[in-house]
Amino acid sequence: MMFRIDRDVLAEAVAWTARSLPARPSVPVLAGMRLEVTEDQRLKLSGFDYEVSAEVTLDLQTGEAGVVLVSGKLLAEITRALPAQPVELVVDGAKAVVTCGSARFTLLTMPVEDYPSLPAMPPAAGRVGSDVFASAVGQVAVAAGKDDTLPMLTGVRMEIDGDTVTLAATDRYRLAVRELKWQPEQPGFQAVAMIPGRTLADTAKALGGSGAEVEIALSSAGGTGEGMIGFSSSGRRTTTRLLDPEFPKYRSLLPTEFSARADLSTGSFVEAVKRVALVAERNTPVRLAFRGGEVVLEAGSGDEAQAVEALPVDFDGDEINIAFNHQFLLEGLGAIDSDIARLQFTTPTKPAILTAGKPVDEGANEDYRYLIMPIRLSS
Amino acid sequence: MSRNQLLPRDPSPPPEGPVDDSGCPILHVDMDAFFASVELLDRPELRGTPVIVGAAGARGVVLSATYEARRFGVHSAMPMTRARRVCPQATVIPPSHGKYAEVSRGVMEIFKAITPEVEPIASDEAFLDVGGARRRLGSPAAIARMIRAQVAEQYGITCSVGVASTKFVAKLASRQCKPDGLLVVPAGEVVQFLHPLPVAALWGVGERTEQALVRLGIRTVGDLAQVPVTTLRRELGAVGAHLAALAWGRDERRVVPHAPDKSIGNEETFPHDVDDPETIRRELLRLSERVAARLRAAGHVGRTVSVKLRRSDFTTITRSRTLREATDVAKEIYDTSCELYEAAGLERVRLRLVGVRVENLGPAAAATRQLGLGERETGWREAEQAMDRAARRFGPDAVKPASLVRRPFGPIGP
Repeated sequence: MMFRIDRDVLAEAVAWTARSLPARPSVPVLAGMRLEVTEDQRLKLSGFDYEVSAEVTLDLQTGEAGVVLVSGKLLAEITRALPAQPVELVVDGAKAVVTCGSARFTLLTMPVEDYPSLPAMPPAAGRVGSDVFASAVGQVAVAAGKDDTLPMLTGVRMEIDGDTVTLAATDRYRLAVRELKWQPEQPGFQAVAMIPGRTLADTAKALGGSGAEVEIALSSAGGTGEGMIGFSSSGRRTTTRLLDPEFPKYRSLLPTEFSARADLSTGSFVEAVKRVALVAERNTPVRLAFRGGEVVLEAGSGDEAQAVEALPVDFDGDEINIAFNHQFLLEGLGAIDSDIARLQFTTPTKPAILTAGKPVDEGANEDYRYLIMPIRLSS
Repeated sequence: MSRNQLLPRDPSPPPEGPVDDSGCPILHVDMDAFFASVELLDRPELRGTPVIVGAAGARGVVLSATYEARRFGVHSAMPMTRARRVCPQATVIPPSHGKYAEVSRGVMEIFKAITPEVEPIASDEAFLDVGGARRRLGSPAAIARMIRAQVAEQYGITCSVGVASTKFVAKLASRQCKPDGLLVVPAGEVVQFLHPLPVAALWGVGERTEQALVRLGIRTVGDLAQVPVTTLRRELGAVGAHLAALAWGRDERRVVPHAPDKSIGNEETFPHDVDDPETIRRELLRLSERVAARLRAAGHVGRTVSVKLRRSDFTTITRSRTLREATDVAKEIYDTSCELYEAAGLERVRLRLVGVRVENLGPAAAATRQLGLGERETGWREAEQAMDRAARRFGPDAVKPASLVRRPFGPIGP
């Protein structure tokens, strides 16, 4: 087997595939990246850890069919460091030789026959613009739990109902929900999937930015946790095993009536929260007092450092004092993707909703809601 | 052997004559054989005989012993079985902690009437800084005599008082003059007082440090004083510099009134070693309930939960976890304890003792709570506060988790 290819094309494809390789492989062979040159002059790079698979297909000018398995991490480091010249990889017995300009690397190959075969791509369910998808996933994944001991909260729930996709994630303290339109293969298609949040965020980000469409493929729609979801876009495909679809019944938790509304400039609000939060330890609150045209932000307590700052606010409703984890508030403000942030409340112990303040220009995502649970202050 | 037996005892305590106590504002007051002395108030016929306070069971340990019993080698923390072997004629009295707490409170009141600068370090000992009371009450030695007289008069028990320029010398002095003694170590004689003592007498020298020092040929405080600080720091780390200062009588620690609780914990030695995880979890629940109730009673919340597990061979491991938010809720303490126990990999290992402790304490009044989605506004905390109220009215066992209720008539069913 051999192939010759442009350095940038190879480096990017190797880096993309290497993302899904396990950091601590359960079997040594899973640290490998499989490179295959097909009879029709294509190069396929793939990685798999039994949970996530990734495969890139590239067109070749020069290649001899064959397959080889080499350390993915090492190959990624090497290709990243190569000079901008054509790269040639030739398999010679148990060695793979990479040549680029005057640089030459000899890599040990791994037993390719021990490598598991990648799962087949499930049937296509529909398509969505990769940039829209990446930004929607980013907005929701921020609220997914990071605690792997509670796997149910580490996922992003994807509900498909005809041409509407609803993404939702929660870590118990906040909940992010985003609706977006897509083109289903069949009108009236319905499905529910729980996708591991971190993997989904990485995948969406990696497929975004190209402006192309992402094809979403789903097996065992509404399945029992053994299902799989696949994403493919411009020669790249990835599959992920689904999580147990159990998820809190979140729709009933989203408040619909409020006693107050506050519109603030997102930028100055973020700056002010960051400043007062300098005196707040992790998981301690920033207190907000909304009065008429002003909100007073405070952090810190009596026997520690304290900070206070006031901001103008367009406020309508009953005066309210409410406290939030500053990190949660900042992540929500970062996700609304709008110059104006709108906070809506009922009471200091009931969830508040953060949305984009005004319908901005075309494509504004008023379909995004970030619910945030307050911190209760003692007496 | 108990560490406080390491001190050479001066056969004739110095007379309470005029010594220079001008630079000695620190008093260390230590009740003599406290629990045993309190018990003797109810059992005067046992005066002058060996008496041991402690649970009599196979797993009991000596909590306190009269000086008559100590002469046989009995000391606190000694297993009861051994104590009985070395002193079979001793009367063993089971402890009644309520009684000791009451006397302790009274004695602390006497101290606080003298100066607000009182730092209790146990139920039976405290440091006092009487620097500010001189004009009103006289010299430190005079105040020490007054304390000894008042304690004896009001409670019929004796105490020993060390008077010195620093806390640790005062503590050494009270130990030196026990029982029923008073010792002033004048500021100018601290070094002569300290240097003949074994290194183990110093605060902060435990068994490990002592072994390390002995390896270096350092046996007395005087030996220690001659070693360059750099050598000590190299051998012992930060402790080394601290010990070098102590060896010359330098101790910056001040008397801190009402030293706040650093942690609250309870532990339990099983009557027999236990390897059944269910039984161990039930004990963790019981301890968590007790610790949480103590936290709430003291108005504390804590962020770190730690679990102590002692195997039957006495090897002990401690595992701790810091929570997202401080708590005083037994349910949360218990859940964390169980996770720590499971993560320790000691399931099915025979355990002799388990303990639950909450550290990293802060005032409950400043505690905040991150609300969770769909969570009820009143939860375990409110339920447990209701338990506290019931316990105040109907006694400590009024309400408790069902798994801790002992069936009065033996097991139900087959």
